[in-house]
Amino acid sequence: MVKLVYFAWVRERMGMAEEMVELPASVLTIADLALWLAGRDEGAALAFANPEVVRAAIDKQHVSPQTPVQGAREIAFFPPMTGG
Amino acid sequence: MVEAAGHIPRHISVQAAPFDLAVEVGRLTAGRTDIGAVVTFTGLCRDEAGQLSALELEHYPGMAEDELTRVVAQAEQRWPLQAVGVIHRYGLIKPGEVIVLVVTASAHRVAAFEAASFLMDYLKTRAPFWKKEHLADGTSGGWVEAKAHDDLAAERWSAAQAPVKI
Repeated sequence: MVKLVYFAWVRERMGMAEEMVELPASVLTIADLALWLAGRDEGAALAFANPEVVRAAIDKQHVSPQTPVQGAREIAFFPPMTGG
Repeated sequence: MVEAAGHIPRHISVQAAPFDLAVEVGRLTAGRTDIGAVVTFTGLCRDEAGQLSALELEHYPGMAEDELTRVVAQAEQRWPLQAVGVIHRYGLIKPGEVIVLVVTASAHRVAAFEAASFLMDYLKTRAPFWKKEHLADGTSGGWVEAKAHDDLAAERWSAAQAPVKI
């Protein structure tokens, strides 16, 4: 099981702030995970409509879409950051 | 608390409460006689010509602190700093209120100016914070979009030459 956390408009479109999921064997990378999530329901499809816009972090460190998800405890998806 | 990480004093905080500029500078410079330059940058909430009633700052607890710490560590490696402070607020912030503070101290001004500018450019594109607008008419203005010029501002530091030692 891995914990997924969502922020800002990704959270709003997913309809939840976090969830625990069992990843299917076909999900190897962050990009695979985004595609798998997008196929679950309409909200998720909207959240990942432009997957290249959505950023990701594994265990609180920025990662690229090609990063493997194996061994991750917490995976986050969020829009480009707008702090400062 | 000011923590001595490595050998220079550092103060990094993600907090809901406002901060006081004089208190934060004093926290890093009190009792010091080696510091020759202190640069501070304060980011405030604008009202966008009366249209905005507040900004709601969402953050990723844990990663926000970690990412600010990583950005500060990079600044410490690139410039001869004597103290660094970064504070970022979250929650509901009204026009005129402070959002973010960067304090850099060095023997000379160039390192302090450049490091403060670097810290702001980097934290804007790397620290996990998101702004949502609340409009004066009571509606939500939606999430603030990331700006391409912020990415460009951060990238110019990647292209920069060796650290400045003056």
